[in-house]
This record gives sequence, structure tokens and C-alpha cells, in this order.
Amino acid sequence: MCSRNHWLRLAAMTAGLILVFAAFPGDQTAYGQDEIRIGNTNPYSGPASSYGTIGRAIGFYFNKVNDEGGINGRKINYISYDDGYSPPRTVEQIRKLVEQDRVHLLFQTLGTPTNSAIHKYVNKKKIPHLFVATGATKWGNPKEYPWTMGWQPNYQTVSKIFAQYVIENVPGARIGILYQNDDYGKDYLYGFKAGLAEGIERAGLTGDQAPRIVMEQSYEVTDPTIDSQIINLKTSGANVFFNISIPKFAAQAIKRIKAIGWDPLHIINDVSTSIDAVLRPAGLENAIGLISAQYIKDPASPEWADDPGMIDFLKFMDKYVPAESRNPAFTVYAYSVSQTLVYVLERCGDDLSRENIMRQAANIRNLELPMLLPGIKINTGPDDFYPIEQMQMQRFDGEKWVRFGDLLSAG
Amino acid sequence: MVTSTVTPKTIKSPAARTAWLNGRYPRVAAMAVVLVVAASLPLVMSDYRLFQFTLAYIYAIALLGLNLLIGYNGQFSLGHGAFFAIGAYTTAIMIDRWDIGYGWTIIAAGAICLVVGFLFGIPALRIEGMYLALATLALALATPQFLKYHLFEGWTGGVQGIVIDKPEAPFGLPLNPDQWLYFFTLAILLLAFVLGWNLVRGRTGRALVAIRDHRIAAQSMGINTALYKSLIFGVSALYTGVAGALSAIVIQFVAPDSFTLFLSIFFVVGIVVGGLGSITGAIYGGFFIQFVPNIADAISQAAPWAIYGIFLIVFMLVMPLGIAGFLAILWHRLIMGRLASDGNEGHPTET
Amino acid sequence: MESFLQQVVSGLATGGIYAALALALVMIYHSTNHLNFAQGEMAMFSTYISWSLINAGVPYWIAFFATLVIAFAGGVVIERLIIRWVEDAPVLTVVIVFIGLLMIFNSVAGWIYSYDIKVFPSPFPDQPIQIGTLYLGPHDVGAIAVTLIVLAILFLFFRYTSLGLAMRAAAENPESSRLVGIRVGRMLGMGWGLAALIGAVAGMMVAPIVFLDPNMMAGILIYAFAGAMFGGISSPGGAVFGGFFLGVTENLAGSYIPFIGNELKLSVALVIIVVVLLVRPSGIFGKVTVSRV
Repeated sequence: MCSRNHWLRLAAMTAGLILVFAAFPGDQTAYGQDEIRIGNTNPYSGPASSYGTIGRAIGFYFNKVNDEGGINGRKINYISYDDGYSPPRTVEQIRKLVEQDRVHLLFQTLGTPTNSAIHKYVNKKKIPHLFVATGATKWGNPKEYPWTMGWQPNYQTVSKIFAQYVIENVPGARIGILYQNDDYGKDYLYGFKAGLAEGIERAGLTGDQAPRIVMEQSYEVTDPTIDSQIINLKTSGANVFFNISIPKFAAQAIKRIKAIGWDPLHIINDVSTSIDAVLRPAGLENAIGLISAQYIKDPASPEWADDPGMIDFLKFMDKYVPAESRNPAFTVYAYSVSQTLVYVLERCGDDLSRENIMRQAANIRNLELPMLLPGIKINTGPDDFYPIEQMQMQRFDGEKWVRFGDLLSAG
Repeated sequence: MVTSTVTPKTIKSPAARTAWLNGRYPRVAAMAVVLVVAASLPLVMSDYRLFQFTLAYIYAIALLGLNLLIGYNGQFSLGHGAFFAIGAYTTAIMIDRWDIGYGWTIIAAGAICLVVGFLFGIPALRIEGMYLALATLALALATPQFLKYHLFEGWTGGVQGIVIDKPEAPFGLPLNPDQWLYFFTLAILLLAFVLGWNLVRGRTGRALVAIRDHRIAAQSMGINTALYKSLIFGVSALYTGVAGALSAIVIQFVAPDSFTLFLSIFFVVGIVVGGLGSITGAIYGGFFIQFVPNIADAISQAAPWAIYGIFLIVFMLVMPLGIAGFLAILWHRLIMGRLASDGNEGHPTET
Repeated sequence: MESFLQQVVSGLATGGIYAALALALVMIYHSTNHLNFAQGEMAMFSTYISWSLINAGVPYWIAFFATLVIAFAGGVVIERLIIRWVEDAPVLTVVIVFIGLLMIFNSVAGWIYSYDIKVFPSPFPDQPIQIGTLYLGPHDVGAIAVTLIVLAILFLFFRYTSLGLAMRAAAENPESSRLVGIRVGRMLGMGWGLAALIGAVAGMMVAPIVFLDPNMMAGILIYAFAGAMFGGISSPGGAVFGGFFLGVTENLAGSYIPFIGNELKLSVALVIIVVVLLVRPSGIFGKVTVSRV
């Protein structure tokens, strides 16, 4: 009998189920006058969940802003959803934020593939899509995508700074590269090659004088180790090692290089310079001599012990951030990018229309933030959707990063 | 329940009622009710909710295919995310490179997956159970690697993926793209459903189940197990490929990150929670994998996966045979209970 | 040539990681006839417990053995509390429960300990051993030794102790086992406990190499699974061999076959394994099961 009533059962249950789901509130509540709704997506679950720290830290910072009276008397209502770093879920969550939660703007949506999936949608809907949490170069294209803007120095810009450093300091360098096999790694790699080619031509280097890439090795985020890649790079005879990897693999590489007796000039990308999150796990003595570039201050560096900006930041950490979420690099990042948004919203005054938010975001003049390196200024304009374009080279001395040279901009 | 409203008052005797419940008429009526409800959703729901339902239907199509393979034929696959990806990329590439109408791309996606699935099914004949799980797992892991492999980048867009446009409603229908895609997906789901049901109900279905339950006995009865097994692998891949193609159209984007191992794992979760070896189970499963992650996110953002995991365990402890199995038992008891209390004739006659 | 040798050595070291977890998979298979997909996450969680102890000032070896006890108890509790209710359910129902456990452990570890990488100490010396141009990590060597010791213990346990025999019997034929007086439920609980214990050993040997984080075991589990199946899930020695084989193969394929590179090395290693399984469907050292009609 069971099987014969198949259709009946199916019908009853399915209809019931659909009615249940249809009954879900489709609330299209309009926001009140006294709040600013900010939408965000972050990976709180799944293999990329370490980045979720950023989404949480932004929430903690907005709590502080609200405790201090909000922005022009309005409270921030920060709505952040989990997308598990999966583009289809990002599309779903962003549509919820835009169509159901009716946010004023989207802020710091995290990841390149995830943002790529919603790029067209938000621009068609004309939603401010501000300061996305990815350094891909494509977010600064106001002609085609006037509603999307990046924040951090883009990967290609950073990479060109490193290429220039190699050209100027290591004549005839033989370069080995380790990169993560995704958009982030490839964007970096592309920028480095482009920067190298341009620099060599500009300096008129030829033959043995010109640096060249002798080996490229990729890894997957799911790989347990990168030992095999490091051995190949050593064997290639490279004397410069450009390391494009996220903290876990950067730390493994720093440690492994010493363990197999390789001693190249080690240039590490700005993603993995945190003293507490990368260098200490790798062993500070192994990290001596590392070269990198940075735009934010590292809380673990004694250099900033008396810096007022750092003191405020540490107070914020103590008061608002629970102990398990205190990833130093991610929190400084979240703190600074949130301050940029608050600055934009303050300048919007009482006109919180999407057009005005975007206008103000594209009109930042020489903004200096307490946790950016001294001298770094944020600038945007109708044709300039790259807020931060300056960095400074630095070398690790076993205890702290020592900055050297002028502020560089390859923008 | 909805069906009780259509029960004619005139039927009194339990035996007669059993006959009526087993008859053709209520099936058609019930079918109609479901369809009317599903078709009227666009009137009451926001575009965003429709979009979610469209996704749930798409997952249901994929799960239907996987269920044919695992539930009816007993071949375990941890790699159907690969077919979903192949379907999605087929559509995206055809639309993006050659500007081919999306309807055709779905057919192409299905055909390619049928062939790939069939070919994969041939070596899979030699291995079973966990070994087959490993082989299919390899497929799921290799797929994103090939999608971003540098030699194919010109086609697949590499790590950047492909962005495509959403189709407008044809024939000047007064529908917005979300509503149109909802109906479009619903129609394909319906088709998939009817075909799947016919497949498992007939000769083929009996052969599949016979192979699942006792391969050697099935063989000795003259069933060509090799052919059936690789064929059902192909058909199953076809379903999943069509679902993948639809997802590319609805999401408007494909990238290697959309097709990780977890997609394959959640497909398996979907069919087991929905109900193995049950056609309707695919629908419950589709809704489960579409909506439960959001519920988990709403309950705890600190540890959404913990909530999802608890959901899974509780579901399995309460309904070890999945939602469909649970409902079947419930329904059985409900009818039986009512019959027993209604009449004095003792046991109802089975017709 | 020296680079080739170094690749082989490094492959053996990572292979040792896979082998350690593969042993835990074999253990659970031996005692319950299931493959526990949550094994990796359970091992990761045990390692966090050990990390907490060490961080609280407990000496390494005390923390090590305390963790083994805790892991054992945890395994038994999970079996008695959750798994036994689905003992008679279809295999896939159990698999879903395993996936649920995997998600819970992963998520809860991130919630408690954050997703930042943590340094986990090694009991072995730090300074690399240099033989000619070849470098050996003392921890790598030590971890392989530990894996082999666990393998030996496991072998002896299942072959020569009555408890081990009873556990095997309970897994392979619960009905008959009950008839001869074996407490099947208790045996299954023991199996889970021992598997969790071996997993904890694996976790504590792996963490110094790859750093401790909630996703530490995600990739390794796949390798361990493949290695165990390759060697033969019914054979502990085979599983260890499978782990080593996989580690070396992927290094060599990734390094010396140009069009494969690092992008496809895992895929290629898996394809090799699948092809071998086509020829020997029970794994290299696995027992061929004859199905009864």
C-alpha cells in the first residue's frame, strides 16, 4: 500500500512543505531614520573560515562606534551572513541583504570569487559595494563598475613594488616563486612578472644583469605541506625567493628553508607579515632578514609601544574583542577599513542616499588613519577607486620589522 | 493535511476507502494541488525567495540523479559535484564563447554528462562500496584542478571563472527573470521527476534494485548488470549535469571555488536526509541543503557548522531512513490507525 | 640526484603523516566495519586538548599520555552516546552522522581556539641532521618511528590478544559473537576509543610539521583515506605502506613530470591508486572478500 500511495503522499507532503516555507516572513522592512544598515558576507564556516575573524572584528568595531553615539546620531546596524566562501551562497546572501534587509550599502564582502559572482548584480542594482575584502586588481574600475571599490593596495601594485626592489638590489637575480594556485596567487604572480619586465626595460638591463625567474611552484590551500615545492625551488639555484602564500604556508616555508639549508633572499608578500601570526610560529630566528612591504602597523612590534594610535587600538582590543578573536593582522585590518567607512558615512551627513554614499566614498582626500604607517594617505576620486596605494619596504631583524626607504607607490 | 479536504464524504467503508486511496483519481488530484501551489508561489513570494526556491529545485534535480545511482542501484558516489561542475561549465562556456541559447546549452550539458558518466561507469564496474567512493572522490577533487589548469584557461577562465547574463522571459511573457527561471526550473524538475519515476517503476527500475540487493542473483536471472550499472551512472550524471547547467544560469557565475569537495558531500547528505531510494526524497533533500545552512547561520554565527552538524545527527537519529522514509512510516500508521478504528471488519483487504 | 633523494625523503616524511591517520582509519574499520570520516577532525581536536595542557605548563610527555586517555574516553563516549543508535541503520545513514561529527568538531575547535595557526611542540630535537647534501628533520624521522611502533602494537594487539580478537569478531560477525559471549556493544565502544587514541597520536605527530589549526586534518584525511584503501583497508601494514607510497608518488610526479606539476599531483596520485584498485579491488595487501550467494 505504501508504494501505491506514492503520489498522494508526495503531494500532501510537498504542498505542506512549500506552504511552510512560503509562510516564512518575506519582511521587506524599511530602515528607520535612526539607523544605517550595512551588509556583509564572510566565511564563518568551511575551509576558509579563518577569514571570518575579519567579519567579526568589523562588528566589534561598529559596537564601539555605536557605544560612542553612532554616526551623526544614527546607529550602525551591521548585518553579516555566512557564505562559506562559496560563490552561489554569496549571491544568495547578497540578494537577501539587498532585497530583504534593504541595506544602505555592502561593505567588506570577502573573497575574490565570491565578489566576482555579485559584481554585476550590485552594479545593476546600484548598491554601494565598498572596500571589498580582496586585493584583486579588478575592483578599481569605475567606468564599468561605478558601485564597486577596493581598499587595500591591490596585489599587482604590491607585486610591482617587490619586482622593483629585486631589480635595484640584486643584479642578475635568479628568482624562485611559490604561489597559491588561485586568483590571489595568480594576480600577484602576474603583477610581479609585469613589474619585472617593465623595470628591466626601464633600467636597460641586459644579459646577466637582468633578473630572471628560474622557477615557479604552486600549491593548493588543501595541501598539507609545501616541502616538495621548497626542495624544487632550492634545486633550481634561485638566490631570491618570492613567497606568495597565506600565513600557514608562509610560516611553513620560513621554517623549512632553514631546515634544508637554503639561504636565499626571502621576500614575503604583505599578506603574511604578522609577527605574532606568522613569524613567531615559524621561529623568529628563522625569519631574520625577511623582506616585505606593509601599510599597517604590527601590534607586536615594540616600535609602536608609545604610539597613540596603537594605544587606542589596544584599548579597543581589550574592551571589545574576545580573546579568541584577537588575530593581530586581521583585527588591525578590520579596524582601519571600518574607520575608513565611518569617515565616509560621517561626511554623508543626513543624505544617506546610495548616490551620495558613493560620491563621498569617491571623494576621500588625504585621509590618515591611526593604524596605517605614518605618512600613508588614503585618496580616492571619481576615476580613482584604489584607496590605499602606498607602502613601505621593511626588513625583519629578529624582533621587529625595520622600515627602510621612502613610501612607495606603484599605482 | 491538504489531501483530507478532497476526500469525498460518501466513502464510508474502510475497504472502499483503501481502494479509493489507491486509485488513480487522488494521485492526479494531489499532483494538481502540488502544482497549483508551486505555480502560484511567484504571486505571493518576493524575488529573493523565488530565487532560493529555484536553487532548492535545482538541487532536487541533482539529488534525483544521485538517488537513482545510490538509492536504487547501490553504487556510492562522492563525486557528483564533478558532474554538476561539468554541466555548469558547459553552459557557461557555450553562452559566453558562442552566444548559444541557454535552452540548447542545457541539453548539451546533459548529453556531455551522460557520456562522461557512462564512460566513468565502465571502470567503476570493477569496484564497489568504499573503493568506488574513493574513485569518485578522486573525480570530485580533480575537477576544480582541471578547471583552473593553465592549458584550459582560455575556455574556463581559470581561477577567475565566467560571468554570464540572466535570461529574460521569452515570448513577451509578463515575468521578470527570477519568475521566469523559477517556472523554467520547475518545469524541468517536473520532467525529471516524471521520467525518473517511470524509470524506477518499470523494468529498468526492477533490474536496478535487483542489482543493488543481490548482484549475483540478478546476473543469474539474465540481467546485464554491467550495462545497467554503467548506464545508470550515465543517467545519474545527466540529471546532475542538467542541474549544474541550470545553476550556472541562475547564479550567473561559475568558478572552481563553486565546486569544491563539499558540494559532492552535501549532495550525499541531501539524498540520505531526504530518503534513499525514494523519488520524493530528492525534493526534501533539495530543500534541506538549500535552507539548513542559512538556519544554522541564523542560530549561531560563531559556529554555524556545529549547528549544521547537530541537525544532521539529530535527523539521522530520529529518521534513519530519511525524511521520505519517516513520512512513509507515518502515513502508513495514520491510514492503518484510521482504518482500524473506523470499521469492525478487521484487517483491511489489500488490493 | 640529490634533489631526487631529498624529494623521496620529504615524500616519506609527509607519507608518514598520512600513514599515521590511515592507521586510525584501519583501527575503526577493524572494530566497527565503518570508515570514520570524522577521524581527522577528532584527531585535530585531541591535539588541541594536548596543546591546552602543554600551554598550561604540563610537561610534554605527561600531556601526551593524558591526551591519549582523554581521546580514548572521548571515542568511547561518542560511540555509546551517538553511534550506537544508528548501529543497525543503513551504512549511508552512519556516514552522514560521521559528516555531522566532522562539522561539529571543526566548527567548535575554531570557535574555542580561533583559526590562527598554533605552534605545537615536538618531542624530538630541532637541529636538522645533514648527511652529505641530504637534510633529515629529526621530527620527521621520529614521527615515522612512532607510526611504525603504533603499527607494531596494533598488529600484535589484533593478532595475539583475546581482546583484539574479540573486537575483530564483533565487527565481522556481531550475531555469532554475541552467541559466544562477546559483549559486542562494549567492543564497538573500545574500537572507537582506540581509534580516537591512535588519531590523537597522529595529530600530535602531524601538528609540529603543518602547525595546529582547525583545518589541519582536512587535506590529510583524504590522503589517509586513499592510502588506507590503496594498501588495503583490512591490513594495518598495507595502510602504512599506502600512506608512504602516496607521499612519495605525489612528490615525484609533481616534481619530475612537467605537465603534471603541483596543480595535478594529487589527482595523478589518486588516478594511480584507482587504476591499481581496478586490478586489485581489495588493495595491495587487502584480504579478498568472497561474497556468498
